[in-house]
Amino acid sequence: MSDLKAKVVILGAGHAGGAMAAFLRQAGHEGPIVLIGDEPIGPYQRPPLSKAWLKGEADADSLALKDPAWYADNGCDLKLGVRATGLNRGDKTVTLSTGETVSYDILVFATGARARKLPIPGADLQGVLELRTAADAEALKAALGEGKRLAIIGGGYVGLEVAASARALGAHAMVLERETRILARVACSQLSDFFIAYHKARGVSFELGVEITAFEGEGGHIRRVRLADGRAIDCDAALVGIGAIPNDDLAKDAGLECVNGIVVDLDARTADPDVFAIGDVTHRPLPLYDRQFRLESVPNALEQAKVAAGVIAGKPPLTPEVPWFWSDQFDLKLQIAGLPFDADTILVRGDPATAKFAVFHLKGDQIQAVEAVNSPPEFMMGKQLIGNRKAVSPERLADTTVSMKEVIA
Amino acid sequence: MAKITYIEHDGTEHSVDVKTGLSVMEGAIKNNVPGIDADCGGACACATCHVYVDAAFEGKTGEKSAMEESMLDFAENVEPNSRLSCQIKVTDELDGLIVRLPESQH
Repeated sequence: MSDLKAKVVILGAGHAGGAMAAFLRQAGHEGPIVLIGDEPIGPYQRPPLSKAWLKGEADADSLALKDPAWYADNGCDLKLGVRATGLNRGDKTVTLSTGETVSYDILVFATGARARKLPIPGADLQGVLELRTAADAEALKAALGEGKRLAIIGGGYVGLEVAASARALGAHAMVLERETRILARVACSQLSDFFIAYHKARGVSFELGVEITAFEGEGGHIRRVRLADGRAIDCDAALVGIGAIPNDDLAKDAGLECVNGIVVDLDARTADPDVFAIGDVTHRPLPLYDRQFRLESVPNALEQAKVAAGVIAGKPPLTPEVPWFWSDQFDLKLQIAGLPFDADTILVRGDPATAKFAVFHLKGDQIQAVEAVNSPPEFMMGKQLIGNRKAVSPERLADTTVSMKEVIA
Repeated sequence: MAKITYIEHDGTEHSVDVKTGLSVMEGAIKNNVPGIDADCGGACACATCHVYVDAAFEGKTGEKSAMEESMLDFAENVEPNSRLSCQIKVTDELDGLIVRLPESQH
């Protein structure tokens, strides 16, 4: 049923959309590809924006997934600075912000997610920043430097990575978190305790359990963050990193099912056989965990792009991958495989005091997830064991004198 | 610029020019060479850019870091000439480099 000549229109030219175009060509798809993005530049890698790029260790050239000429050379019409404003699934057309109408045989949503905003007074002051795009990163970089004070709203990965980069650039960083621990949404408390101590020892300060009520400025520029208890935190800029919202409005308006993201099956296809969705915008099945979930990660975007490209080009199905994530902060490499759903036991292998340890989340004798700090063997082997469902011996897993190659029960 | 030849597991060859300063992985991604996924974009966090370096170039691709050694130790189908291509910087000395790709990266 695949048609290698089909016209594929991809909405969103981020990492997912760019990878989709590339994987379609790798899979032998011959039909025209239209890739539509609302940013002024073609697909690039976002993860370095809070890390290597912010510290000046990576340039725009290395972030770009492809050289600009690649798109035209490969029959891919890259439309930049444009977004889709309407979708008619009956006619199989999308309307663009330019007024143009584009027809499709197959449509792929790769519209990603946008930064969640804080709906408080002063949110539109200059110097109140977010970090999703290269343009956001430019603004953030300009706000950092020796002695500058950055208030970071939200102690998640974006906030912590930026805090580490800010310190490397000689700036002061204060993280303001609503919950009573950092990384509350995304990691276990053992990891939160470790990361907060590591950051504090490197000059990052924290306020936990605080509510922000306003950004206050002078001359249109932020000068301080006001807390609900009345205190004010002086700053030169504030970064809001409090999560992301899927860009699924157009899909919703077109009658596609959305539940915190566009609902897709294991082929990354919606209930409309001619409409796919990939990346951060999807609410996708997790076969290893027997549920649907929305993942925000590059590996997830690449997996779904490859799966969808294979389905469109009529390739044999791929084995579902184990979800994974990473974060670099200071000299720490955090690698996470799996998700801690349904886990009944938490087991720590190694000593956090040495900055080299891993937290395993077990369901009975199976690993559901592993959070590994500076511990590639634990991550790599843990990821394999999550995927192949092999039972492990918790005693051997907790014993660092036993190699990760010998923890199977 | 250095000419690099990537040979897929099925023998398909891709000879491309890669700018010096980029990594061997980035050269593959920019030229859409199938078989190198590079999930982590060069952070040495995923081992999905595993390649086998041709014997003639083994001394010229630099030393493996402890992190790379450790990641490779647990990757599939590892050989003595295995490298993570994100950790090999392209230099003029690597002009003519040949790398072969494993059957699978996951």
